[in-house]
Amino acid sequence: MNINELREHLCSQYPDLCPLFSVEFGDGVLVIDADRLHEAATDLRDLGFDRLGMVTAVDTRDEFELVYRLQSRQMHAGIFVKARVPRDEPTIASVTDLWPAANWQEREVFDMFGIVFTGHPDLRRILLTDDWVGYPLRKDYQDERIIRRPDYI
Amino acid sequence: MTEETIVNIGPSHPSTHGVCRIVVTLDGEVVVKAEPIIGHLHRGIEKMAENRTYLQVVPLTDRLDYVGSMYANWAYCRAVERLAGIRVPERAEYIRVIVCELQRIASHMMGIGSTGADTGAFTAFMYAFAQRDHVVELFEALCGSRLTYNYVRPGGVSMDLPDGWVEQVRSFVAQHPAAMMELDTLLFGNVIARARLKGVGVLPADTAVAWGTSGPTARGSGVNWDLRRDDPYSVYPRFDFEVPLGENGDCYDRARIRLWECVESCKIIDQALDQLEPGPVKAEGLPRLLAPRPGDAYDHIESARGSLGVYLVSDGSPRPYRMKVRSPAFCNLSVLPLLAEGHTLSDLVVIIGSLDPVFGEVDR
Amino acid sequence: MAFVDDLGAALDKTPGGGIILTSLDAVMDWSRGKSLWMMPMGTACCAMELIAASFSRFDFDRHGSIPRPDPRHCDVMVVAGTITRKMAPAVKRLYDQMPDPKWVIAMGNCAVSGGIFYYDTYSVIRGVDEFLPVDVYIAGCPPRPESLQDAILRLREQVSTDSIAPGKSRALKSELPSSGSPRKGERDAAGGDVG
Ligand code: SF4
Repeated sequence: MNINELREHLCSQYPDLCPLFSVEFGDGVLVIDADRLHEAATDLRDLGFDRLGMVTAVDTRDEFELVYRLQSRQMHAGIFVKARVPRDEPTIASVTDLWPAANWQEREVFDMFGIVFTGHPDLRRILLTDDWVGYPLRKDYQDERIIRRPDYI
Repeated sequence: MTEETIVNIGPSHPSTHGVCRIVVTLDGEVVVKAEPIIGHLHRGIEKMAENRTYLQVVPLTDRLDYVGSMYANWAYCRAVERLAGIRVPERAEYIRVIVCELQRIASHMMGIGSTGADTGAFTAFMYAFAQRDHVVELFEALCGSRLTYNYVRPGGVSMDLPDGWVEQVRSFVAQHPAAMMELDTLLFGNVIARARLKGVGVLPADTAVAWGTSGPTARGSGVNWDLRRDDPYSVYPRFDFEVPLGENGDCYDRARIRLWECVESCKIIDQALDQLEPGPVKAEGLPRLLAPRPGDAYDHIESARGSLGVYLVSDGSPRPYRMKVRSPAFCNLSVLPLLAEGHTLSDLVVIIGSLDPVFGEVDR
Repeated sequence: MAFVDDLGAALDKTPGGGIILTSLDAVMDWSRGKSLWMMPMGTACCAMELIAASFSRFDFDRHGSIPRPDPRHCDVMVVAGTITRKMAPAVKRLYDQMPDPKWVIAMGNCAVSGGIFYYDTYSVIRGVDEFLPVDVYIAGCPPRPESLQDAILRLREQVSTDSIAPGKSRALKSELPSSGSPRKGERDAAGGDVG
C-alpha cells in the first residue's frame, strides 16, 4: 500500500485523524496531541497497525517529541506518530497495553530522557545502572566524565 | 512446591552470549521467572553520534552489531541517503546486497554454532565457524578488516571489489549449501540436539508480532514477514528467493531456519553476481561534509537478527541532531521471560542462544 | 624457558643423569608459562576475535592457553571489549576471584584506552587499567587473533622472569592501582591525545 492509499484508508476510517496526516521523506506522519495519543494509537491498531517498531524521543530543546513507528503487515505500510510533551513535566500515556513491544522501549526512553509513561507496568531504568543521575540523551545533560571531542572538521 | 531460589546468571557467563545478566527465580530446577538485566555494554553510541559528522558515524555503527557490522552500516547509510536525497549507483547497490548476504551467512554461522555449543554439540560450532572464517577472510580482502568493516558509506561503498574477489565468492557460495546440509545432519539430525531443542521455548505467532520480534525469531513462529520481500529495498525485487518459515516457534525452528536462510542467501549472491555490471561504486558529486536539510528520516533493512532501523533527525548542521537505532536484538530479547517460564534452567541457556542476541546491539 | 633449553646438557653433567639441579623459580616459571589458562572476559566485538583465536583456524590451545569460563581455574584474564561503568564492578570481582599469580591482557583499543569510545560518551571506562593491573596491551580494533597469540607469548616471557620468593614477585599483585592512574590523569590533563 503506498502512501496515498494509506491516507485514503485512514481518512475513510478515522476522519478525525485525517487532518493530522502529512508526508515527510516518503513516510506518513501523524502529529497528535499528547493527551490524545493513547486514543489515536488504539484507532491505529484497530486499523491494522499490528507491530510497534520503535518508540523513541527527540529533545528539541523546547519540548520532547515522542516518535512511534508503527507497521502493518496486512497493509505493507509504516507510519510515524509524533506527540510533544513539555520539558518540565514530561508525561504521556503508555501504549504497553496495546503493544507489549512498548514495554522495554518505553523503559529505554524513560532511562534516556526521563519521560514518564503513565500506566507502564514496570517503569525502571533499563540500560543504565539504577542509581544513575540524569538522563543522558537530553541535550542539556551534564557529566564531568564526558571528554568532549576536539573539533577537527 | 519447593522453596523458591533466586539464581543470578551473568553478566559474564559463557551461556549468555555476551554480557547479559539474568536473574532467575527457580522452583527446584524449573524457571518461575527470568528477568534479563541488560545495559552492561551500553556505550552511548547514540549520544556520541550527535557530536560527529555524518561520515564519522559510520565506524560507530560497525560496533553496534559486531557479528553483522555490514547491516548497521547499510541501515545507517540508507537513512542518511534518504535524508540527503542521495542516489546510489546500481553497482554499489549490488555490492551492498552481496556483502550483506555474505554477512548473513557469517552471522548465522555464529548463531547456529552457539546453538550447537549450548546443546553440547561443540563440533557443530567448529564446523560452522570454519564457514564463518571463510566469509571473514573475504571481507578482509574487501576492506581490510575482519570485523569492523566501515565499508558501506553514504552514497555507495568505500571502494570497488578487489581483483579476483568475485571468483572467490563464487567458489565459497558453491561449496556452502553442501556444508549446510552436512551441518544439518550433524546438528539438527542429532537425537540429543533434537531432544534439547524441540518443544522448548515456544513463541506463538501472535505473541511474536505483539512483542515486536522480527527476523528468524519471528519467522521461526511462522510469522511470514521479511523486509527484503515485504518492504523491498535496494535491488532485492530483482532476485528470486524464498523466505524459510518455521511451524512450531520452538528453539529448533528458530535455529534451523537460520540454516535455510544461509542457503537462500547463497542463491541471492549467485544472482547478484550474475547481474553485477561495471560502473561507479559511489554517488557523484557528494560534498565532503554532508549537511542534509532539516527533517527526520527512518529506514530499515532486514538484518540477520530482524528489522534493523535507523532514525535520523537533522537540524541542517553537518552533524546528526539525533540518531536512534531500532535494534532487532533488543526486541527479540524482550520475549525471553515469556519463553523461559516453565522450562528448566538448562533450557534457559538454549532459549537465549536461539534468540541469538548480540549485546552490542541490544545495549547500543 | 632457559631451564628446558639446558635440560639435555644438565642431565649429561649430573652423575647417573637422572637428577638435575635448578632453581625452584626456573621450574615454576617454566611450568606456569606453559599453561596460561585464559579467563575470556569478552564483552564486545573483540570477543569475536577471542573466540576465533581459540577455534580451529588459529588453534590457540596449542600454546597451552585454554579458555576457561571459571575465574578460579585461570591464570590470565583477557579483557576483550568495551568495559562500561555498569560492567566494571563485575570485571573487578571476577579478577578478584582468580587465584594468584594472575595476569591481565588488555585486548583491543577499548580495553587499552577506551578506543573509539574515548570521547563524548558517558558510560565507557577509558581503559581497563583504571582498575586492573594490565601486563600486556594489544592495540587494534579489533586486534587480529595472531596478535593475541603474540601477547600470550610475550606474557610467557614476562612470566619467566618472575620469582616465587615473597617480595620479589611481580606476579603476586595484591595492590591495585587506584582508579585513575597518574598516566591517565596526565593524559587527560593534556587535553587527550588519543582517539
Ligand atoms: S577495540 Fe574495537 S573491536 Fe574491540 S571492543 Fe572496542 S570497538 Fe570493538
